[in-house]
Amino acid sequence: MLDFSVVVNRWQDLVYGVGSTLALSCAGIVLALCIGLLGAALQRSSRLIFLVPVRIFVEVIRNTPFLVQIFFLFFALPFIGVRMDPTMTAVIALAINGGAYSIEIIRGGVESIPRGQIEAGAALGLSQFQILGDIVMVPALRAIYPALTSQFILLTLTSSVCSSISANELTHYAQRIESETFRSFEVYFTITGLYLVISWLMMTTLSMLGRRLFSYPNQ
Amino acid sequence: MHDFGIPEMFFLLQGLKWTVLLTAISFVGGGIIGLAIALARVSRVAIIRRAAATYIALFQGTPLLMQLFVIYYGLALMQFSIDAWLAVSIAYTAHASAFLGDIWRGTIQSLPAGQTEASNALAIGYVSRMRDVILPQALKISLPATIGFAVQLTKGTSLAAIVGFVELARAGQIVSNLLLQPLLVYGIVGVIYFFVCWPMSIFGSAMEKKMSLGR
Repeated sequence: MLDFSVVVNRWQDLVYGVGSTLALSCAGIVLALCIGLLGAALQRSSRLIFLVPVRIFVEVIRNTPFLVQIFFLFFALPFIGVRMDPTMTAVIALAINGGAYSIEIIRGGVESIPRGQIEAGAALGLSQFQILGDIVMVPALRAIYPALTSQFILLTLTSSVCSSISANELTHYAQRIESETFRSFEVYFTITGLYLVISWLMMTTLSMLGRRLFSYPNQ
Repeated sequence: MHDFGIPEMFFLLQGLKWTVLLTAISFVGGGIIGLAIALARVSRVAIIRRAAATYIALFQGTPLLMQLFVIYYGLALMQFSIDAWLAVSIAYTAHASAFLGDIWRGTIQSLPAGQTEASNALAIGYVSRMRDVILPQALKISLPATIGFAVQLTKGTSLAAIVGFVELARAGQIVSNLLLQPLLVYGIVGVIYFFVCWPMSIFGSAMEKKMSLGR
């Protein structure tokens, strides 16, 4: 009844799919981290011009489904002249979605730094830049690293939804194999296993990276 | 070709009805099973604990879309002639049970061990200890996270659109294909989701703030 041979025969496609999912997610993660850092920095400002747009962005993205966001980017934006290929759209959608969550996580970390520490830095004559980097960002990132890690693994898993606009990633390859073999269960069961491996690999790599980057004493 | 009007809005709201219903069913079903998972996860018997941990890890380590596909096609393969509705509900219930189970596992373990020791010293049995001592406190602490998950689940039900279940996202897709006005239609769909999820998010974070003041 079950026939996994059709899936095994297409192992090259699967390897390629895993590679594209990793590439897609990595691009999304790097951009999301940039959005997160920028947004969190803007949120520290007391000017409403910076504060309000960031708040609206975070709330809108966090309270609407990723599927609707990616449909909006892919199907709606061409009507106002912005046209992108599916994979590009997927990267941007992942970056925007992950970015909104990153802003919240990083903000939480920055707020956990006691004010006295920042004042002490200023009293010692450190520059604004040094205070932001060494006193705020590094300890804050150390505190939120686990939360950020699981958010980025979630982003990788969410990237499977990008198959709905036929972006280049694992689930899309799976759908292609499925439409040629009609072995839906076998295909998706295998793919699910591959996602499990991907998330385990990412978890291990990121926690190793975290230990290297944020272990005491740094530098 | 005609414009977005009352009938289209009505169709979207019909979709919203299924979104809310699917969320409610899987949240309640997932809550009941999730409670069992949480209790199994903190059980004294190692094998039960490990089984629950594996169950949780499987759902947390795989995409929701794949869970949906595997359960959906798996049920079909087992020759169960059940309709899409039931299959999708089962998939979301399983998904919710793993995540709620892990949230509640966390809050049960966050309670001081002295509570359990005191119960044991007073010869309070397992059922009464859980029902009267541990769970009321644990569930109260977990409320912000539980509400947060309800928001995630509401948004997650949009993926049922991909297997053809007509909820809000799929309704939006249909209307958008019909009117060729994706900017407007997906905009409205997004706004509807926002006004369903946002109040829950605000409620959850307000509760979190209130609780952190109490400590």
